[in-house]
Amino acid sequence: MIELQNISKTYKVARRNAGGLQALKSLFHRNYTYIKALDQISFSIQDGEMVGYIGPNGAGKSSTIKIMSGILTPDSGTCKIDNLVPWKQRKTHVHNIGVVFGQRSQLWWDVPIIDSFELLRDIYEINPIRYRKNLEELTEMLFLTDILKTPARLLSLGQRMRCEIAASLLHDPKILFLDEPTIGLDAVSKLAVRDFIRHRNQVYHTTVILTTHDMQDIEALTERILLIGHGQILLDGPIETLKEHGSSVRKLHIDCHNLDFKPFPGLVMVDRHSASADFTLDTAISSVSDAINHLNRCAQIDDLSVTAATAEELVVSLYQEFAI
Amino acid sequence: MKLYFKYFAMQLRCQMQYKTSFVLTVIGQFISSFTAFLGVYFMFQKFYKVDDFTFPEVLLCFAVVLLSFSLAECFIRGFDTFSAIISNGEFDRILLRPRGLIFQVIASKIELTRIGRMLQAVLIFCYAIPNSGVFWSFDKIIVVLLMIIGGFITYTALFMIYASFCFFTTEGLEFMNVLTDGTREFGRYPLSIYGDGILRFFTYAVPIALFQYYPLLYLLGRTNNLLYAYCPLFCFLFLIPSLIFWRIGLRHYKSTGS
Repeated sequence: MIELQNISKTYKVARRNAGGLQALKSLFHRNYTYIKALDQISFSIQDGEMVGYIGPNGAGKSSTIKIMSGILTPDSGTCKIDNLVPWKQRKTHVHNIGVVFGQRSQLWWDVPIIDSFELLRDIYEINPIRYRKNLEELTEMLFLTDILKTPARLLSLGQRMRCEIAASLLHDPKILFLDEPTIGLDAVSKLAVRDFIRHRNQVYHTTVILTTHDMQDIEALTERILLIGHGQILLDGPIETLKEHGSSVRKLHIDCHNLDFKPFPGLVMVDRHSASADFTLDTAISSVSDAINHLNRCAQIDDLSVTAATAEELVVSLYQEFAI
Repeated sequence: MKLYFKYFAMQLRCQMQYKTSFVLTVIGQFISSFTAFLGVYFMFQKFYKVDDFTFPEVLLCFAVVLLSFSLAECFIRGFDTFSAIISNGEFDRILLRPRGLIFQVIASKIELTRIGRMLQAVLIFCYAIPNSGVFWSFDKIIVVLLMIIGGFITYTALFMIYASFCFFTTEGLEFMNVLTDGTREFGRYPLSIYGDGILRFFTYAVPIALFQYYPLLYLLGRTNNLLYAYCPLFCFLFLIPSLIFWRIGLRHYKSTGS
């Protein structure tokens, strides 16, 4: 059970203008700007939930993860995870969590993966029998047999990521934080990682909190999304709400010539090429047939397709709606 | 402690991955501190005595400083390179592991290439010990050991203070090197030769003289005051302000973006 209440975090950032003179000046007098990374964030997550935490870069996703994992101390607010305050009861708390940072490694770079795993076993004081059982299972599920004896620096990104995930689960954490776990992975590796996370959640009831920019991750894995922007939670609900949110939006693509587009309620031209154009249409304002009729008057249409917006586009429209 | 050796073995394996680099760095370390030795040597070719200290006596002092500094650099390297640990996000990882922070910082970086300097210090000891004219009774051997331990502790504390500043600045502060690398260089000579002001500063503010100058006087039989012999033990007190700095710094830790 994760409970955050009114968590705020402000960073103090020294600002200066470009140029040598300004740099010199800033030695003596600094202008600080205060950036509110998190502003009164509250939410709670039940055991066994899979939550997608989304938002544009710099919205405060990583700060929240860092607070929940005990790396950062918030300025105000309370955070309790299984009745522990992460930054106060750090040592006990970290036994319960596994953290994967997609862009940072927790493996020792120059030694075979298995050596890293064994040091982790000693750091976490994992019971040897449990360790062997976990290792066997993770090796099988994540296809690690052939790469366990390879040094981390020689692995491909996908292989390394599978090892990172295994490394963060050796001590059977109840909560798994994944910060962009599929970043830079090829399609096959992405699928393997997703399958594994889903399996872990179903079999072990592991709570998973996932930040990502990949909407397919969100669609494939999570039942609930949290949208954060400007340090505030903007949307919290099942993934269906996100879809309903944009269910009235359709995309129209036409191949045409002699296009002379005139405004029409609900219809927006998003892209235009010499022989084609893309539109979005809010069907709550105008029906699809009306829009097609209108377009027919504006151009000679050779081909036309109407599609529903993808999750990716929905998120973009959400970002625009909340101006983040 | 067992875990420390596990970390140690891991570092050893990592560094042995690059054997050529390792060997070359060891040799480089040896040569670079050898030039410092040559500096002292040529000085004594001209002057025979510096402020009443003979060549082997100064070498004794030199070896103590060099050995304790390189021991600290080898085993406390984590604090010495702490700005890198912070800026590459390694400290986040350290916070995520269920072990003491200071332990992890120390255990995660062991710089074995400093063996080059240690070897040199040992060689100088080998020359200075029989030639310094000291009658090596049991208590004097203890005093030399205390000097080395006191020096190691002092440099450890200095590295820790240096590291604590990194919490605020993220980048390291080069001026701290005056106290670490700087004292290694000018600590080759007993600190009294630099005058009273300097000696006082390095007695009460940064306790370099406590493991270098005062016990040396006892070793050479210039004083029988036992307090001088036990001086290096006071270096342990210097750990207190450095731990306080560390605590304050830790509270200001901001992490870096991902």
